Amino acid sequence: MDPQLYNYWLVILLMMTGLYALIARGNLIRKIIGLNIFQVSVFILYISAGFIREGAAPILSPNVDVYSNPLPHVLILTAIVVSVATTALGLALVIRIKAAFGSIDDDTLSYSSGDSATELSIKTQKSSQ
Amino acid sequence: MSDDIILRIVGKFLIPLVVVFALYVQFHGEYGPGGGFQAGVILGAALILYRLLFGDAAARKAVSPRWLRLQAAVGVLLYGGTGVAGILLQGQFLEYNVLLTDPINGQHLGIILIELGVLLTVSATITALAYTFSADTEEHLSDPQVDPSSQSDQLRS
Amino acid sequence: MIAQHAQILVVILPLLCAPLVLLLGKSRIAVWFTVGVLSVNALLTWWLLLQVLTIGTLRYSLGNWPAPWGIEYRLDPLGALLQVMIASIAAVMAPFLRKLLAEEIGSSRQYAALVAFILLTAGLLGIVATGDAFNVFVFLEISSLSTYALIAIADKRDALLASFRYLIVGTIGATFFLIGIGLVYILTGTLNMDDLAVRLPEVSHTNTTQIALIFVTIGIAIKAAIWPLHAWLIPCYSYAPRGIVAFLAALSTKVALYALARFLFGVFPLADMPIGSVLLEILQLLAIAAMLIGSAAAIAHSNVRAVLAYSSVAQIGYITLGLALATSAGVTAAIIHMFNHAFIKGSLFMCIAILATGSGKHALESLKGLGHRMPIVGIALLIGGFSLVGVPLTSGFISKWFLITALVQAEKWIWIVAVLLSSVMSIIYVWKIVEAVFDKSDDKQVRSYDLSVDIPIVLLAAVSLYIGINSSALVSTAEQASKWLLGMP
Repeated sequence: MDPQLYNYWLVILLMMTGLYALIARGNLIRKIIGLNIFQVSVFILYISAGFIREGAAPILSPNVDVYSNPLPHVLILTAIVVSVATTALGLALVIRIKAAFGSIDDDTLSYSSGDSATELSIKTQKSSQ
Repeated sequence: MSDDIILRIVGKFLIPLVVVFALYVQFHGEYGPGGGFQAGVILGAALILYRLLFGDAAARKAVSPRWLRLQAAVGVLLYGGTGVAGILLQGQFLEYNVLLTDPINGQHLGIILIELGVLLTVSATITALAYTFSADTEEHLSDPQVDPSSQSDQLRS
Repeated sequence: MIAQHAQILVVILPLLCAPLVLLLGKSRIAVWFTVGVLSVNALLTWWLLLQVLTIGTLRYSLGNWPAPWGIEYRLDPLGALLQVMIASIAAVMAPFLRKLLAEEIGSSRQYAALVAFILLTAGLLGIVATGDAFNVFVFLEISSLSTYALIAIADKRDALLASFRYLIVGTIGATFFLIGIGLVYILTGTLNMDDLAVRLPEVSHTNTTQIALIFVTIGIAIKAAIWPLHAWLIPCYSYAPRGIVAFLAALSTKVALYALARFLFGVFPLADMPIGSVLLEILQLLAIAAMLIGSAAAIAHSNVRAVLAYSSVAQIGYITLGLALATSAGVTAAIIHMFNHAFIKGSLFMCIAILATGSGKHALESLKGLGHRMPIVGIALLIGGFSLVGVPLTSGFISKWFLITALVQAEKWIWIVAVLLSSVMSIIYVWKIVEAVFDKSDDKQVRSYDLSVDIPIVLLAAVSLYIGINSSALVSTAEQASKWLLGMP
């Protein structure tokens, strides 16, 4: 197989790892880590697509004809910023959840309101996690 | 926080270098790899390192959260303002060519201003995040029943 | 000059307003400044709508880099209509945000809520304004991040958990969307949506295109809360600060549905793609399930916010069904309902927000008799409720009329039955709310409240009534928008 396609196997591996951590782990911090791994896999997907065989770094210079594609790098820079913001917000929420519930294990967290009406929504939430 | 003298001395040497490197990445970004995002994170790292070595109070004295908020907002406004300047000078939004009479100089000026805005906002945001999380950590560390979150505290710091 | 740049100003005005409000901090000027900016913005969107309807699609190249190389903003009739909706509702709500949130959010966080509210508005407007697929992702995340923050901002236990779970699910959705557009970018080398529409037909039969379509659809479906991906919506609408929910319920899912429509009809060559028709069939089935299950769940609940949240799931089903028919009449019906439902749900959640002020309780029991004490709110609630059911002379009737006409044209007889069944169920849950609110047996103390918060409710309800009586402007705009969307001359 073309060795340059190994990147894409890595993408799939990371994507599955991230999704597994997201679904199987109850600890909210681990969920955030899983989310990050999942997002990183997509970043690698984009970066790999920017690769051009024998392309130089995309800095104009007189001796070079073939450059790799810089656009995916720029896009992913933006996506990384989005991902950092999401992670920061997620961690901030985890801190508050810890303060409010005394736990960060998703299995022990549930909506507390005495309203009977909310029970169904909790069930659907759980099954979706 | 740390009373280790070696760390503090090394830190004193290292932090200025980190700041200079951030500026190098910032200004090199126009011609090569680099730019406001990367430089902003490096600059933020310098401030966070300072906070780790010399404590929260010293860091807040050096760079107050209020200042950080101001800096973050000004960075965004600088970015947007550069874009709007393009409109005011009869160009399109974010068109750098019209900023100066010579389009090439205009491009230079535009990208420098934009990247400066990014640097200000990113470094302020990264530092503010570190402040917020560490302040919370100290609150919760006094809480004795921290089993699952002790991991998270390590991750955060 | 403003005329020429109005298209971009609509997005950057709120985007730049946010840091300024952050600088102004807690001062009262911040609110009035925001109101000013959002009002100007709303006027600009109205003007843009008139422009688009007379001269057609508007285009704007950022930095004067021509498309498809540069980022292009493009405004079509549907986008212009949605921008009017977003900017108007935001401008109407902004002056009262402080009063609506006063009870739940301390004054130290009020300005943070205001900043997040402005950013949310900017993000929603941006999704609609842009013609670049990656830009859609960025604006989707700007609006989502502000939404997570707004839900959790009151620092209540349940809201924190709801926000966190929404953050996880929402980010998965956004990342799926990112994978989808990454795949089409790899295939075609372009991110401009019009350019993609030109280039994708060449590769419409490759597996990659099919996978990309599935990723994009699932990603947006999560954000749009299309059944069965709606689970995040119920706790968010049930526990978020009341004033915020009114805004979210009115707009955020509608904008995601707009993005879905854009990608299904404006980017992917559905007709040429092997899975295209299958996908539409599946979306129709999901829409039917959403209508029936959402309405049934709304009947089963006794918390008024949960009832309205499930009703939203059902109403999103109506919109999805219209879109998934992929006929001119179906898409027209979907657009009309997108517009109407925003005003209906916005006004209903606002009514509930005011009724629950003071007690902070949302069980139907605790709302008993309040309709008599607050007649304006009560009447607005009636109008909203009737619209939800689809009583003639309300906007909901127009939506349902067009949807059923579209179904008749498409000869989907069984689904007409489903739509009617869901409407009957909506009578039951709306009746539950109305019965409780106008209950006479209970004599609660008359609670004094600030009458000025009635203004946005009256405005939103008036739109519902007006469209019910005279819908010709909306219908002709929606018809033009759907023709454009489906690429008909």
